[in-house]
Amino acid sequence: MSGFLKSSIGKKIAMALSAFFLMVFLLQHFAINILSIINPDTFNEVSHFMGTNPLVQFVLQPILIFGVVFHFVMGFVLEYKNHTSRSLGYVKNNGNANSTWMSRNMIYSGIAILAFVVLHFIDFWFPELNTKYLIGDMSGMHNGEFRYYHELVEKFHNPLRVGAYVVAFIFLALHLLHGFNSAFQSVGANNKYTKSLKGFGKAYAILIPLGFIIIALFHFLNNTH
Amino acid sequence: MNLTLQIWRQKNATTEGKIVEYPIQDISPDMSFLEMLDVLNMQLISNGDSPVAFDHDCREGICGSCSLYINGEAHGPDRLVTTCQLHMRKFKDGDTIFIEPFRANAFPVIKDLIVDRSAFDRIQHSGGFISVNTSGNMQDGNSIPIPKKDADEAMDAATCIGCGACVATCKNSSAMLFVGAKVSQYALLPQGQVEATERVQNMVAQMDLEGFGNCTNTGACEVECPKGISLENIARMNRELIKASLKS
Amino acid sequence: MALDSKIPEGPLKDKWTKHKNSINLVNPANKRHIDVIIVGTGLAGGSAAATLAELGYNVKAFCFQDSPRRAHSIAAQGGINAAKNYQGDGDSTYRLFYDTIKGGDYRSREANVHRLAEVSTNIIDQCVAQGVPFARDYGGLLDNRSFGGVLVSRTFYAKGQTGQQLLLGAYSAMNRQIGRGKIKMYSRHEMLDVVIVDGKARGIITRNLVTGEIERHSGHAVVLGTGGYGNVFYLSTNARGSNVTAAWKAHKRGAYFANPCYTQIHPTCIPVSGDHQSKLTLMSESLRNDGRIWVPKKLEDAKAIQNRELKPTDLPEDQRDYFLERRYPAFGNLVPRDVASRAAKERCDEGFGVNKTGEAVFLDFASAIIRYGKEQAHVRGLNEEDDSLIQTLGKEVVKSKYGNLFQMYEKIVDENPYETPMMIYPAVHYTMGGVWVDYNLQTTIPGLYAIGEANFSDHGANRLGASALMQGLADGYFVLPYTIGNYLSDDIRTGPIPTDTIEFEEAEAKVTSEINHFINNKGTKPVDYFHKRLGKIMWNKCGMARNEKELKEAIKEISALREEFYKEVLVPGTSDEFNEELAKAGRVADFLELGELFAKDALVREESAGGHFREEYQTPDGEAQRRKEFQFVSAWEYKGEPKDAKLHKEALVYENIEVKERSYK
Repeated sequence: MSGFLKSSIGKKIAMALSAFFLMVFLLQHFAINILSIINPDTFNEVSHFMGTNPLVQFVLQPILIFGVVFHFVMGFVLEYKNHTSRSLGYVKNNGNANSTWMSRNMIYSGIAILAFVVLHFIDFWFPELNTKYLIGDMSGMHNGEFRYYHELVEKFHNPLRVGAYVVAFIFLALHLLHGFNSAFQSVGANNKYTKSLKGFGKAYAILIPLGFIIIALFHFLNNTH
Repeated sequence: MNLTLQIWRQKNATTEGKIVEYPIQDISPDMSFLEMLDVLNMQLISNGDSPVAFDHDCREGICGSCSLYINGEAHGPDRLVTTCQLHMRKFKDGDTIFIEPFRANAFPVIKDLIVDRSAFDRIQHSGGFISVNTSGNMQDGNSIPIPKKDADEAMDAATCIGCGACVATCKNSSAMLFVGAKVSQYALLPQGQVEATERVQNMVAQMDLEGFGNCTNTGACEVECPKGISLENIARMNRELIKASLKS
Repeated sequence: MALDSKIPEGPLKDKWTKHKNSINLVNPANKRHIDVIIVGTGLAGGSAAATLAELGYNVKAFCFQDSPRRAHSIAAQGGINAAKNYQGDGDSTYRLFYDTIKGGDYRSREANVHRLAEVSTNIIDQCVAQGVPFARDYGGLLDNRSFGGVLVSRTFYAKGQTGQQLLLGAYSAMNRQIGRGKIKMYSRHEMLDVVIVDGKARGIITRNLVTGEIERHSGHAVVLGTGGYGNVFYLSTNARGSNVTAAWKAHKRGAYFANPCYTQIHPTCIPVSGDHQSKLTLMSESLRNDGRIWVPKKLEDAKAIQNRELKPTDLPEDQRDYFLERRYPAFGNLVPRDVASRAAKERCDEGFGVNKTGEAVFLDFASAIIRYGKEQAHVRGLNEEDDSLIQTLGKEVVKSKYGNLFQMYEKIVDENPYETPMMIYPAVHYTMGGVWVDYNLQTTIPGLYAIGEANFSDHGANRLGASALMQGLADGYFVLPYTIGNYLSDDIRTGPIPTDTIEFEEAEAKVTSEINHFINNKGTKPVDYFHKRLGKIMWNKCGMARNEKELKEAIKEISALREEFYKEVLVPGTSDEFNEELAKAGRVADFLELGELFAKDALVREESAGGHFREEYQTPDGEAQRRKEFQFVSAWEYKGEPKDAKLHKEALVYENIEVKERSYK
């Protein structure tokens, strides 16, 4: 295995593996979030479990952070290398003739998502860390009730934030529209299931971000009265 | 047909180049693209100018010499053809046509539209072969039956003409379709299995050394490839590299 | 100098084995002290370079293309013959030998051809081991197809790209040796002279096509695998860069040039569409299995079709002249290449041509479509009277057989060959003549070898389909590596050949002076202007049919054109840069000399044989008439001007085969 990550293909496979991990995470995150529409109580319970379970907090969460950091650092490394392998570009290039906009602009959709992740951390994750580990309140309670649902709803009062979330999820969809199947191609999956997988990938890339958008809009619209 | 050509002119590898405009008249739609350039060159020579240098040889789409980036696409707007098989009927009277060399740092310009694609040769030197001597005392050709499907797929991969359109088209200047095709041809045949591990590792290492970019699966190479080499070959190369890395 | 073909004694079938057993070998340890120069990296040159490097020699290989993989062998479509008899249809070494001699119209050497047939089977085994993806049947075994003029199925193929796959096989063998450092590859280098030291070929002068640098390279032997000279006709199916320069420079240094007039003109090519045309495209011979060749019966119909006033599909059946079926009822549309080509030319010369230039005949698949359609309808139990159904079914079958060719035709001509008949016309395809070599493939210059299409030895006056690939690889993989050892065994103590000698200096000075002439000439007309004119003379007077009067005119005209060329040629740019016009000027200069010798050879050969048809020598019904007194190889010795070349005759002796008349009626 020595030097695997040094080779171009090794990097690309690593990129794909981190992508798989993030896609699974995204699905899980979505599953919990959608509960906030269906049943706020269950949402609170699951959120509390996730926020306090040591396995999630001290094993899965660091892996997730590593995955996120790895994915975008490697993304930048590859983009830099790729960009510099053609120092003089074409005067006229017709990229639309042979590839999709999404596939050629993963770096931009990626940067947009990264910016969103920062916003998202400021919104939720940093306050969580503050409450749990600096203040030391692991109860998850506020005024005798679980605080998670309320915090969520409160955040989505602000139309600017909701707008930013919607835009970010559109970028996420664009990123996934290429990224989902690209990851499978990178690890060499190309067989009789590829065609159905492509369809599934498209559905995933559109439905999951759309779901997140619906959740954000739902809470925004529900709370403006 | 009357056309305006915008052609990249560059005296040699060390000087800077630029786009130069050439109007050209009375082009027959039956001409091939290279024959249109022949007409331009005859005019340039007669006027005491230097003709446009471009690579070409067989002019029937198999040698892989011709290599132009026409209106933003490798081998121009037609599909499954090389530049020499592209005909002027694909253009309209009054069109402006941009003609540039295949661009990648691994393909330095030699002159005008000619680039140096010897990086492809060096990748092949590093492992693009099966190590058998030509003693003439091989086992009989029929001693190892090969399933028709595998033989046909190997043939599809082997159809690559090494023109470099994949590199030129790829936004990352990646050579993976080319290398993937060669790795696949041998990976699909039993004769190629013996050296499979070293082959894919050596060829990928040489490919990286030459300064090609990485594949981001945009699929542009497959679309522009004049021989329709499939992306499946890149997937197979990736699998082969994973297998090889696990083994060694 | 008397010609000695050095054919070994003994019975035909033992000659090669005996010869291999008796020639000198070079000890493996000594091989690394010997340098071999190989010019050209197609099937012959590439396979020779790989094999000699494997054996341990230091090989320097040269090609003018940017990579060995682009040599024109890559364009061969159909296949490669080998007497494997996998089909059990009665094939054998003898039968392949017999077919090749007969196909060559009894103008090739028995011993060489038999050796070719013997090693043909090794080629297939070798290529399979190298990973060449030959077509296979559903049982996983190698598939065969049949090819023109023979009664067995012995052609191995890789789709329609057999030449490509075999060349890539040889290229991969080369790559292995380049990686090991045993071959030093010089691409984008053109050989411009052979250097003779003490009567032996000891090096070459090359021009680096990128930098323009003139270089000296030395070796203990020089091998030419530089292909044929079909481009003397300007328009041919050869690649644009294919040229005679290496062979011609060798000729001028003392190598005899054999049978230059033997040229194969292939009947099924896409016709010339206008003066801009730079290249002709071959359509596989296999199309004649199902296509019917015709022109209109009446001149006025032909004129109407030429002017596009009449559609060929509107011309009733009884107004069409299926001239091959009319003249050759037994073989019909499947007569050999030379016969089919001449018949098409005869009709077009009479004014019956069917395109705007009047130089095309129809190749019509309409009846094949109906025949296949009815067959399919019958097999599937459908209505055999439904015309549109028959058409659909028939087109499906034709598509499955020839789809890629039809698509290629449509791309070039912009007509749909499923709806309207294809137009075809003969085009120059291959040259059987070449540098004279003995049984060891050595030219009349010791230490200078010629292999593949560059030599003359195996195809006589006409080459059979799928035999060019066989000969190139046989020479490179299995013949030359043995025979050259015999010569090199004398060189184990010679040591490196120095390049600072008077011989190298003289050769370099000559090359430089010719280049300077072109650059400084500042004439009025580009190189192509002369090349096109030469092509027209060759095509009109030394083409498919030749006669004394026109050949004499051709000699004069080519000579005059050459003089004009040296005075008027305009080569732009300088000699120290990439300059394609300069490279072309040198090649055309040599074509202008070769063309004259070609015409002279055709003039002297007062008979018709294979690709050489003299109008004076034909049977009463217009067929080629061979003459017993011309049963020899014409080997020409250079004596200054091409027209002064001296003829040497190598008698052809047939001991194992009866010389017969070819008839296809």
